[in-house]
Amino acid sequence: MDKIQLGEFINSIAGALEIKEGNQYLEVTVPPSLLYKLARQLREKEESQFDFLFCITGVDYGADLGVIYHLRSTIYDHSVVLKTRTSDRENPILDSVADIWHAADFHEREVYDLLGIKFKNHPDLRRLFLDNSWGFPLRKDYVDDVNIVTK
Amino acid sequence: MGIKGMKREDFEDNESLDLLTASGSNILLTTVDDVINWGRKNSLWPLTFATRCCGIEMMAAGAPRHDFARFGMEVYRASPRQADVIVVAGTIVHKMAPVLKRLYDQMSEPKYVVAMGACAISGGPFFLNSYSVVKGVEHVIPVDVYVPGCPPRPEALLYGMLQLQRLIETQTIKSRKERNASHDYK
Repeated sequence: MDKIQLGEFINSIAGALEIKEGNQYLEVTVPPSLLYKLARQLREKEESQFDFLFCITGVDYGADLGVIYHLRSTIYDHSVVLKTRTSDRENPILDSVADIWHAADFHEREVYDLLGIKFKNHPDLRRLFLDNSWGFPLRKDYVDDVNIVTK
Repeated sequence: MGIKGMKREDFEDNESLDLLTASGSNILLTTVDDVINWGRKNSLWPLTFATRCCGIEMMAAGAPRHDFARFGMEVYRASPRQADVIVVAGTIVHKMAPVLKRLYDQMSEPKYVVAMGACAISGGPFFLNSYSVVKGVEHVIPVDVYVPGCPPRPEALLYGMLQLQRLIETQTIKSRKERNASHDYK
């Protein structure tokens, strides 16, 4: 499917979502409550078959924390980007997609490690690179007077 | 002017070397030191250790075109127990720092450290706003020679290694002990 057909298809299965045509990918903004359901449908529907999750990115927008999912179908060669964000900085929780795409397992652990976003129903949500003495270093409000030199 | 075209006198204006030679040496031990240093400087075996792109330049320095072997440095040792010099070729992050320290501790005396490239010298491109990078390898282990560059060309590393040879030449048993004492990181 091309971008326009994909947009129509996503709207037909998930209701009216904010869909933007980016330079390279179709970008769909999904509220956290709908994310898991939409992801599963995109994976399983015969028309879309997004069988490959090739990137998960955690973002600190300042006020919000967000996660971006890059999906691709190796059968139809089409791609889509799902964006979701939460305004809860103290205890951000999103649904894990690790049972849909196994690749999400480590990606979500990395996002948790660096940004502190928790994933509900993740099989093994531990820190990936850092030990527990670290905070969440990629957050904009992260402070470390010892190791970080600022201008 | 290439390193080959440099005369011996061109190396003489190195301030740190002047300081080292100025500290003097024991008359009785001078000849012994000379012989020992001659042996040490002409068989500097580096440790196979590279954490980043500087390692590629280090490999290039070892390969036929630049050829470390001319100066007795060709035998890269995979075990720190058999190595004389560790070339810190690349960024050291906080997770890597204890490993580097352990490798250094495992090397047997005499041991030398060359900090290769901007990252090993000061953190380089990661100096500002980085939570993960050690801002200079001298925070972890004592450094003998700094080779600037990002990454340094093999010629620069060769020059640095020749400087290390010159440094070894000026060392005495006494200065060696002092150097180790001044870098007691335990």
